[in-house]
Amino acid sequence: MTALLAVSGLRASYGPIEVLHGIDLCVAEGGITALLGANGAGKTTTLRAIMGAVRTMGEIRFAGEQIARLRTDQVARRGIALVPDGRGTFRELTVEENLRLGAYTRPPAELSAAVDRVFGYFPNLRERYRQQAGTLSGGEQQMLAIARALLMQPRLLVLDEPSFGLAPLIVREIFDIMRRVHEAEGVSILLVEQNATLALDLADQGYLLETGRMVMGGPAADLRADAAIRRSYLGY
Amino acid sequence: MIGLWHQVLSGLATGGIYASLALALVMIYQATHHVNFAQGEMATFSTYLAYTLLLAGAPYWAAFAVTVLFSFVLGVAIERVLLRPVAQAPALTLVGVFIGLLLILNALCGWIWDFTIKPFPSPFGSASMLGGLISSHELGSFAVILLVLLLVYVFFRFTKLGLAMRAVAYNPDSSRLVGIDVGAMLALGWGLAASIGAVAGLLIAPVVFLDPNMMTGTLLYAFAGALLGGLDSPVGAVLGGFLVGVIENVGGAYLVGTELKLTLALAVIAAVLVIKPSGLLGRAVASRV
Repeated sequence: MTALLAVSGLRASYGPIEVLHGIDLCVAEGGITALLGANGAGKTTTLRAIMGAVRTMGEIRFAGEQIARLRTDQVARRGIALVPDGRGTFRELTVEENLRLGAYTRPPAELSAAVDRVFGYFPNLRERYRQQAGTLSGGEQQMLAIARALLMQPRLLVLDEPSFGLAPLIVREIFDIMRRVHEAEGVSILLVEQNATLALDLADQGYLLETGRMVMGGPAADLRADAAIRRSYLGY
Repeated sequence: MIGLWHQVLSGLATGGIYASLALALVMIYQATHHVNFAQGEMATFSTYLAYTLLLAGAPYWAAFAVTVLFSFVLGVAIERVLLRPVAQAPALTLVGVFIGLLLILNALCGWIWDFTIKPFPSPFGSASMLGGLISSHELGSFAVILLVLLLVYVFFRFTKLGLAMRAVAYNPDSSRLVGIDVGAMLALGWGLAASIGAVAGLLIAPVVFLDPNMMTGTLLYAFAGALLGGLDSPVGAVLGGFLVGVIENVGGAYLVGTELKLTLALAVIAAVLVIKPSGLLGRAVASRV
């Protein structure tokens, strides 16, 4: 199994404050990797660092290429689609326009077929096609955000807490869709979650981040079985 | 009654010029969240360039096209050279840059072309039309403005690039995530705003005559228009510009006299800020303090 994304010795800081103290992380080609950790552990910062949105030191390789010095839009064009926390919806624009923006880097001729394909996963977005995105429910906005990311045809789909603020039923639906997307599209996934049970069920690899340091990493089954993770993150 | 119609029509004609300049202001405002005080001087500088081309014997519409293109390049250059380095700076820094740009362009115009007032030709002449209701220049410039506004609307509403520019104005972070080069879009916005401003300058110059300060009054009306429509609403800015044109003309004729017309712009600004600060079509901004 080859690494699609390989992060090593990554440090990131906001001003003088360092929040990531040299972490290593690997996402296998075709795999699902979960990144767990408590609030403030540095999960979101790790994702921002990968996307080139914070100052970093260290190495970030994507498909063999060093991407640590690229701008965010250049990283996105290499094939990494981030669904940010808070979903990053263009609230003032329509659902259609949000999806067209997702396909911004693709030839216009592919648009309608690609949108139809994405509607296969998210049928309720089709009904909301002309609606202003800000008027959607939280769950629908999360689905729109994932749909928008999928339209980029990414090699790596990165999700920052897709379950945040959503009802358990909606969360289950979204995780089911992600499983189907992973199987059908062959896209690799890096998933940041506070809900460790859900994340480790979906993922094949897992990492645990604590205050800017990677304290554990390995097959998801090992993490699920670990006594410390059980106590602190799985709650049994 | 015929007098009132005359005032309304010529109000709409000058209002169109305010509308396009207000639109330029709003475009920059959406990208930088500040009002570009140098918008008027940028237009003046462009108009002087057209003046030079016309003196050199260029046909009017060729000079028009070259000026609009040059203004686009000028706008892009201003964004890249002056605005990019201060993108993260506090508000006062940006205001300083805008005022500095205003002074530089104003002085440059005076230095290159001197401060004397010069006549500027209209491609439409000044014949009286529709039984004296409107002049041919007013009618012609109204048509040009409508065409410009239509083009701008089509560009933003129906093209991929236009959609990307709107996306950047609303949410730059998410725009980067879908692969949009935000810096390039901002530069493009400045270029477009400068071009639209240049059209306004070229059309107002035959009315107010060409001198380095010719846009001072016009910019004030445009600012009143933008504020009246809502600073974050392009459609509102256009509507506001037309309204201010009519208010200026009708109010100037029946209320305060031509000497005090500019006061009406200030009255509109004050009234909007007191009664409805978000403008007619703008969104009210709520923030937690």
